[in-house]
Amino acid sequence: MAEQTSTANAWPADPADLIPAGRKRLGWGLLALATLGLLAIIVVQVLYKTEMSTVGFDTWRPVIYAYIVWGAALGAWQVLTRGEDGQRALFLLPALLFTIAMVIFPTLFGFYIALTDWNLSSFAGRRFNGLDNFWQMLADPYYRNALFNMVLYVLAVLVEYVIAFGLALLLNAQIRARKFFRVVFLLPLMLSPVAVSWMVGKSLMEYRFGPAATLARHLGWDNPAFFSDPITARISIMMLDAWTFIPFMMIMLLAGLQAMSREVLEAARVDGATAWQTFWQVTFPLMLPVSVTAVILRIIFKLKLADIIITLTSGGPGGATDSVSSFIYREYRDRSNVGYGTMLAMAYLIIIVVFVTWLLKFASRFVRNVN
Amino acid sequence: MSVQTTDYTVSEIRSPAAFIASRVFIYGALVFWAFVCLFPIYWTITTSFKSAVDVTQGHLVPFVDFQPDWKGWRSLGLSPDSIFQTSTVRDEFLKRFMNSVITSVGASGLAIIIGSLAAYGLVRYRYKFAWFKNEDISFFFLSQLILPPVVLALPFLVLYREVALLDTRIGLVLLYTLMVLPIVIWIMRDQFNSIPVELEEAALVDGLSIWGAFFRIVMPIALPGMVAAFILAMVLCWNEYFFAALLTSTDAKTIPVMVASQTGSQGINWWSMAALATAAIAPLAIIGIALERYLIMGMTAGSVK
Repeated sequence: MAEQTSTANAWPADPADLIPAGRKRLGWGLLALATLGLLAIIVVQVLYKTEMSTVGFDTWRPVIYAYIVWGAALGAWQVLTRGEDGQRALFLLPALLFTIAMVIFPTLFGFYIALTDWNLSSFAGRRFNGLDNFWQMLADPYYRNALFNMVLYVLAVLVEYVIAFGLALLLNAQIRARKFFRVVFLLPLMLSPVAVSWMVGKSLMEYRFGPAATLARHLGWDNPAFFSDPITARISIMMLDAWTFIPFMMIMLLAGLQAMSREVLEAARVDGATAWQTFWQVTFPLMLPVSVTAVILRIIFKLKLADIIITLTSGGPGGATDSVSSFIYREYRDRSNVGYGTMLAMAYLIIIVVFVTWLLKFASRFVRNVN
Repeated sequence: MSVQTTDYTVSEIRSPAAFIASRVFIYGALVFWAFVCLFPIYWTITTSFKSAVDVTQGHLVPFVDFQPDWKGWRSLGLSPDSIFQTSTVRDEFLKRFMNSVITSVGASGLAIIIGSLAAYGLVRYRYKFAWFKNEDISFFFLSQLILPPVVLALPFLVLYREVALLDTRIGLVLLYTLMVLPIVIWIMRDQFNSIPVELEEAALVDGLSIWGAFFRIVMPIALPGMVAAFILAMVLCWNEYFFAALLTSTDAKTIPVMVASQTGSQGINWWSMAALATAAIAPLAIIGIALERYLIMGMTAGSVK
């Protein structure tokens, strides 16, 4: 399975020839035994669960144990048969086996569930229904609405970026108590979004007594209801999410600013550039690679947005603030609609993968052109 | 937003008036944003000491506007006068708290172990699994970052029931490990890249094995990076809500789920809600302030060359 070429930096010669045949046989024997064991347990379980035999375990958990044992045998096989190369492969194996087991299998299983009619609250159980869920999804106005909201939420990242850039510039200026301000600005990132949406969204922005509503009244907004009409509610959600995540971009941009060479800025000043010109023609272009990384990472996190919406508005009013994740969450929680919910999730996954791939391509071209 | 560049480029050669104006603007903006960051936290902490009237009238300053009281903390069983009495709420809270501690520390630890090993292998050696080379394997790991929790949540709900991992801490630990593994590998790759390879070559010449060199030479140097990755992973796991809400019910419920389920039949008890929220955010706030250097190190790994 793991074939390895020689290392980049010329480690001691490949010792594969020095391994005695007996040790190789032992390695192969171990692997064969573990594979057989794993297969045997799976077969026994399948037979038991399909009621073709009476011997078996109540749950599938023994299969996990067998997989772990098999993984260990795979590692031992590598070391026994391939010596130092095997030891090198051992660095990668745990993470690889773990990720494959945790991602590939559930995702494939998810694609299968997506093609079934499966409602946990009905007695009928799982039933294969082909593409029915897919057609239902295409006709679902609420799902389209959630996707549209995701577009808005992702666009809000640009505003967050501007604010984060401004804060990074502030922190990079010649100021006193820089460390204090940096810690304070970083704090919101550490707070649990659920606690934040309760204490900020439900309490601080409370219509009757919340200080934010009081402030809004003083500023001339007669009816400061943050979550009752669709547009205001969306903006409120965006603001809350921005509040927690702006520090993330800010820190990355600040690191970029601090890594910038002072000489370039000095040179611009000597040439008589104004601050405005210096920013747009020196700082901003030099910061572009860092900016692109920060924005893309932020977008990836934004695409997972759910906690705040679930706890704060449950998607309301009328689905106006729903993100795809929160919509699917309710599809499961309130309607126990596992099959349909999974179809929505899988469609979302494909959309995201296409979108992020395009984004990365677009970004790399963009960055290269500028440099 | 860009006017602040004034400071380090032009301030030295401007007139004193312009200099003062730019100072005022910069500190004004800093103080304003510090207020935006701190006020919600201040509100949360003070609300846990308020009675119902004080909350609904929007009183803000303790001892001036309202008389602080241990009300919120008493309802959690954590106030000075109730701490030695038995309290079911406190037991419940401590159980949730321990669940959160165990899952986040366990997941971060597991991710650091397998993630560091993988990152080290990917940085130092060339692999070829079938037609997958190092770049492909790295991409495979990092691409997991894109995977939204909602895609995995429902399959895992079904699979976990089959393997009896539903509502267990181990089940959550495994999922959280998966969630933070890409980030750990990202940070640790950066770390190992910055360690000169000559160190290990010398160790190998001195007779250490590959793994010996890793544990005795590389690990101690990469320790700050591991701490950074660990803390960042901790933050993500501690605050995770989506998986916990779907996959736990009674035994393995974590703090965020407990916070989210606090609506009583007579509306919300703001004081106890605030006390709970304070207790939920306090551990990370303290860690964040104390180990801010590592957090920043983790977040900036790989972004700046």
